[in-house]
Amino acid sequence: MNVFTRLLSGAALGLAVSLTPLTATAETPPNMLVIAHRIDDITTVDPAESFEFAGSDISRNVYSRLVYLDPMDLEAGYKPDLATSWEVSEDGKTITFTMREGVTFHSGNPVRAEDAAFSLRRAVMLDKTPAFILAQFGFTPENAEETIRVEDGKLVITTDKKYATSFVLNCLTATIGGIVDMETVMANEVDGDMGNTWLKTNSAGSGPYKLDSWKPNESVTLSSNPDYYDGAPTMERVIVRHVLESASQRLLLERGDVDIARNLNPEDVAGASATDGIKIEDELKGRLMYLALNQKHPELSKPEVRQAFKYLIDYEGMKNSFLSGQYTIHQNFLPATYLGASDENPFIYNIEKAKELLAEAGVENLEVEIGVREAQERIEIGQSFQNAAAQAGIKVNITVGTAKQILARYRARELDVYLGAWGPDYPDPQTNAGTFAYNPDNSDEANATGLLAWRNSWDTGGLTEKVEAAVTEGDRDKRVQMYLDIQAEFRETSPFVVMFQQIEQSAVRDNIANWSTGQAVTSAAYWQVTK
Amino acid sequence: MPLPNWLRTTLLTLGSIAVTLLGLLFVTFVIGRVMPIDPVLAIVGERASQSTYDAVFQELGLDKPLIVQFGYYIWDVIRLDFGTSLLNARPVSEDLARVFPATLELATLGIFIGIVLGVPLGVVAAVRKGSWIDQVARVVALVGYSMPIFWLGLMGLLIFYGILGWVGGPGRVGIFYVDVVPSVTGMILIDAALDGNWDVFKNAFSHIILPASLLGYYSLAYISRMTRSFMLEQLSAEYITTARVKGMSEWDVVWKHAFKNIRVQLITVIALSYANLLEGSVLTEIIFSWPGIGSYITTALLSADMNAVLGGTVVVGLIFIMLNIFSDLLYKVFDPRAR
Repeated sequence: MNVFTRLLSGAALGLAVSLTPLTATAETPPNMLVIAHRIDDITTVDPAESFEFAGSDISRNVYSRLVYLDPMDLEAGYKPDLATSWEVSEDGKTITFTMREGVTFHSGNPVRAEDAAFSLRRAVMLDKTPAFILAQFGFTPENAEETIRVEDGKLVITTDKKYATSFVLNCLTATIGGIVDMETVMANEVDGDMGNTWLKTNSAGSGPYKLDSWKPNESVTLSSNPDYYDGAPTMERVIVRHVLESASQRLLLERGDVDIARNLNPEDVAGASATDGIKIEDELKGRLMYLALNQKHPELSKPEVRQAFKYLIDYEGMKNSFLSGQYTIHQNFLPATYLGASDENPFIYNIEKAKELLAEAGVENLEVEIGVREAQERIEIGQSFQNAAAQAGIKVNITVGTAKQILARYRARELDVYLGAWGPDYPDPQTNAGTFAYNPDNSDEANATGLLAWRNSWDTGGLTEKVEAAVTEGDRDKRVQMYLDIQAEFRETSPFVVMFQQIEQSAVRDNIANWSTGQAVTSAAYWQVTK
Repeated sequence: MPLPNWLRTTLLTLGSIAVTLLGLLFVTFVIGRVMPIDPVLAIVGERASQSTYDAVFQELGLDKPLIVQFGYYIWDVIRLDFGTSLLNARPVSEDLARVFPATLELATLGIFIGIVLGVPLGVVAAVRKGSWIDQVARVVALVGYSMPIFWLGLMGLLIFYGILGWVGGPGRVGIFYVDVVPSVTGMILIDAALDGNWDVFKNAFSHIILPASLLGYYSLAYISRMTRSFMLEQLSAEYITTARVKGMSEWDVVWKHAFKNIRVQLITVIALSYANLLEGSVLTEIIFSWPGIGSYITTALLSADMNAVLGGTVVVGLIFIMLNIFSDLLYKVFDPRAR
């Protein structure tokens, strides 16, 4: 459905609903959780391969990890899951995990250190998309047998150099850290695929839920694991229904056919919030909206111009209008709720200040091209910026294209300015620090297209070394301070204008308690939900 | 020795089907390969390493020449193997076996509603040309043509499901009835009837009736206008005047003479309408969360899942071909000149 039809349908439904307030009329059973969600991004449910949002939701509830993030206490960071404790060697390179005893997989097989070693090795050896999360510790298909091993019934991992323990453990809370049942998986191996084909559509975990079925673009059904080591979940059955349209999700919620609607647009959120029996729950997510200035551009590379652009964003205006409820102002590369996140947002919309800075830089009649993907909210942000820039004497030409077209030019360092979004890959500050503020080789030949700093030809002015230091700092508190310092410098000097952080608004029936989409750091959890 | 007539006709029909299918496969295959979407990127994501990208590139056979890829594809299709969906890792044939019955069920009920209401409406509008019935039929058809289907769908959901609660909501069946009856045909109404589970049947019916009525309404708009036009042409013919002069009742004049002569044309109109519905009405499927072939192909296209797109396109192509053959057969039944 294109933008026009969406708007028209939203407006039509909004008008009709506003004239005819609905009341929730029915309820789902007390031991069943029904969620309306867009799940068409699920491509696989193998934890070694899954890298999409809806797929990660399944994984989080089906697979236990060595360490996990408690949905009831996300601020606490990682906690013991299948590993009850861990010891770090003196050189900081080896971590030995003691496994929890008496835990079984859904198959009834016991969870052992051998399963944990197999799961991590398997993820490295399969080398699927999320494998880089483990590969950054020096694990390769060739050395996985030695670097990930079992000694005296304990799991032992040895990294290529010393890293902050918090960094390693945070990464192990990601989807790729899911521990699979070796015996079941290998019984389904085909042509040496380590059970990948089978696990794409089946599950072999020990988590609070087991996967009953995944019907692409239709539904996911989970049933509770009565033998879960931390107690069987209250919701014995969870059904996630694929409902693409916001208006349809809202109607299902208001009729009581679903308990939670996760993809309501702002109009439907406003409408649903006025309905009896429904509440709106906001959670900050990891996606950041930002502008990036190419430092190859002679004018954009001037420090005053970089500063000026940060004053040309109508942060409040956008937040309170077309981004209402969907985004909040955030001017740092670590999303709020991340370890080391900063809540400093010093820049405000100030045309005069921007003009002064541009005059200081001696910039006149500047004309730049800004690349934007064809997504409504991004185009609107681009237009807002275009208007503000015009008042400061900068002509902004907006180029709208498909994701592929715009990203290709961004990755080739061809755009003057890029307007886009970035989401973290795993729940550790390194995930964003290592791309926004890290660029060891700024030459074209380096072709480090995965690094945002490189894409914008920014040499980071010394932040690269600070990021390297932070990722090896063993003391958690010191590490937090290091990221706060890096971000303070980044705000002032970088060519990135970080503007907003996404908010996920779930519309929830008011008998639902403890709902969590996982904030910015992880995925949705179902086992703690009660009615 | 010359071939018997029936054998010649059958061979010619099969040959034309084969050529049409081959052309269809070729066009869709080429379009699939020249589309500005990278199927590898669609699978591995933007942040995958080059080695991961290369491995998947080879796994998909994209390193081979286009003509070789097409050859492999034809061979697979002959064996009814449409490959594996790049995005959900399942055989496309399995996916199609799941989504096509959903569309078939919806479209069949839709066209049934369209015919049962549309044909009589068109006939009456022609017989009472200029009367208030004709005006009503015109307005009904005009609204059917001009109203966006998503708008009518949302309004229908809001009124009949949201406010009145007369029908089921989005989805094929309520959550309590999911997977309750064994899937034999993939069409829940039929499966529930075969299983004798009338609770499931009633629930499924309450879910299908609104989207089917919506599709039926759109078919009705077209069918009624075409019926009216065909009937007007027949009613002004001399043999109708003769029949009336002979004192034949108006009922017989209309239904036994005029209507009899528009059946062949109507078959074409109905077949086309049915084929359009069987392609899958994407917007209806989205609004009603109906997991049919229209939304399947659209999602696959937007996700660069070319195996799924090609598989879906072949199925849609086959539908058109089958309906054409079926229409030809009906022509022969209703019109001796076509035999």
